[in-house]
Amino acid sequence: MSSDTLNNEPAIKTHINSDAGCGQDNTTNNTKISVRDLNFFYGTRQVLFDISLNIYDKKVTAFIGPSGCGKSTFLRTLNRMNDIIEGTRHNGEILIDSKDIYGEKVNLVQLRKKVGMVFQRSNPFPKSIFENVAYGPRIHGIKNKGELENIVEKSLKNAGLWAEVKDRLTSNALALSGGQQQRLCIARALAIDPEILLMDEPASALDPKSTTRVEDLISELKENYTIVIVTHSMQQAARVSDYTAFFYEGDLVEFDVTKKIFTMPAKKQTEDYITGRFG
Amino acid sequence: MKIKVQDLIIFGLIRLATYFVVFIIAYILLDIIVNGIGAINWEFLTTFPRKGGSEGGIFPAIVGTLYLVLLTIAIALPLGMASAIYLNEYAKQTRFTHIVRLAIITLAGVPSIVFGLFGLGIFVIFLKFGTSILSGSLTLACMILPTIIVSSEEALKSVPMQFREASYALGATKWQTIRKNVLPYAIPGMLTGSILGIGRAAGETAPILFTAAAFFFPRLPGSVFDQVMALPYHLYVLATQHPGMDEVRPIQYGTALVLISLVLGINIIAIFLRSYFIRKYKW
Repeated sequence: MSSDTLNNEPAIKTHINSDAGCGQDNTTNNTKISVRDLNFFYGTRQVLFDISLNIYDKKVTAFIGPSGCGKSTFLRTLNRMNDIIEGTRHNGEILIDSKDIYGEKVNLVQLRKKVGMVFQRSNPFPKSIFENVAYGPRIHGIKNKGELENIVEKSLKNAGLWAEVKDRLTSNALALSGGQQQRLCIARALAIDPEILLMDEPASALDPKSTTRVEDLISELKENYTIVIVTHSMQQAARVSDYTAFFYEGDLVEFDVTKKIFTMPAKKQTEDYITGRFG
Repeated sequence: MKIKVQDLIIFGLIRLATYFVVFIIAYILLDIIVNGIGAINWEFLTTFPRKGGSEGGIFPAIVGTLYLVLLTIAIALPLGMASAIYLNEYAKQTRFTHIVRLAIITLAGVPSIVFGLFGLGIFVIFLKFGTSILSGSLTLACMILPTIIVSSEEALKSVPMQFREASYALGATKWQTIRKNVLPYAIPGMLTGSILGIGRAAGETAPILFTAAAFFFPRLPGSVFDQVMALPYHLYVLATQHPGMDEVRPIQYGTALVLISLVLGINIIAIFLRSYFIRKYKW
């Protein structure tokens, strides 16, 4: 069944990059996001060069690479967050569920409802915990109080925060600890019921214990969500991801099953990076 | 040792400069309070002037100033806030917005008498609003717009970009983001700056000199097209044009005290509003 679905996407199939993971357990995967020959520019400066890769449904895909390699920029093309920066442009295509997200008829609101995002620095709104989580659903037109309460509870539970905050939903979110704030941001992203969750170094500002919590959470969430995570920590990529893409200076150097990237990388550059010889 | 002496001298001078500012304010306030408090009574605050301002109260001037200020707020606040939102949230950084900003800064430096003459030319004569509350308020609004725009833009800028990003990432539109996640946090700063501008509008004489003010108007204004008495203008005439300038000194002081109390009151409202909002939204 699932391999059928993959075969039903000939346009994507025929383009598949040799690096792009025709790996061992590939047959069980459905392509959720398919990127073809993506180039991206800030003004005249090109920051991504001919990126092509597939991101699989309900898997965790990690982007690694040294600072400035374009991994965050790439992540932000997936929900078109780069649109809000002046002077950016791109060519190539990004298909989510086989639909071009930069197409003319695309509704940005619907796209971002489907592709949630968690940022590097936890950025809860200076409102109550409840209002933070309810913000997304409210924007998408849910007004019923009971319904909102259900969503908030479910999202906080999914983000592993419910037990800690259920008695103080009305207190200001900024009173939470850093780790709790980041899980609140995850809950806020989950509340709009996305299919894909983009995480831009979600644990880089957290202490080790909170990092572990967030990583455990990612492993739980991948049962229901397709997760793309940018990380500086190779250990983290190795721990949480199924697939890993290594970026260097705007190029996608290598993309494969995480285990393979960390044990038998195909490219010398990848090996140098993961063994800590540069970057 | 020598360095220590130098240190003490400089410290002393800086301290003196600070004291000097306080001294000026304290002197002005004390002078006005001491000389003006005697003139203040219920009759002074609630009756019309009699005998060319030599007797009676300043009631219509108080009401007139309040009308002018209220209409000025109603005109300048929405305009100024909207401009600030446009400049900070919507407009791309182009040559055009650069020129707009330059114009705003220049406008802030234009002397108030020039605004008065501008108001006379445009609102009173060209648009045929006559000498009226409307003309006066429009002129005052022009004068305080730069203050409102600049302080509102600063307030918008101080709202962290991450709030906007997080909101967009949740699928909010630009306006939803601004309304729910930028304005609530920017409002305190916007209001504070704006109210300070409004305080200035209440105290200015020159802009209303030719556009709104009458030295004496026998009734309270009935519409925005009526002339109006105003505290600063009343004070100006009593202090410079009145035949019995010295005899009406207590009335001058009384008027000055009322005017200063009004402006201080407006500023105090600004301070309270700001601290209220800061407690409500802190980040």
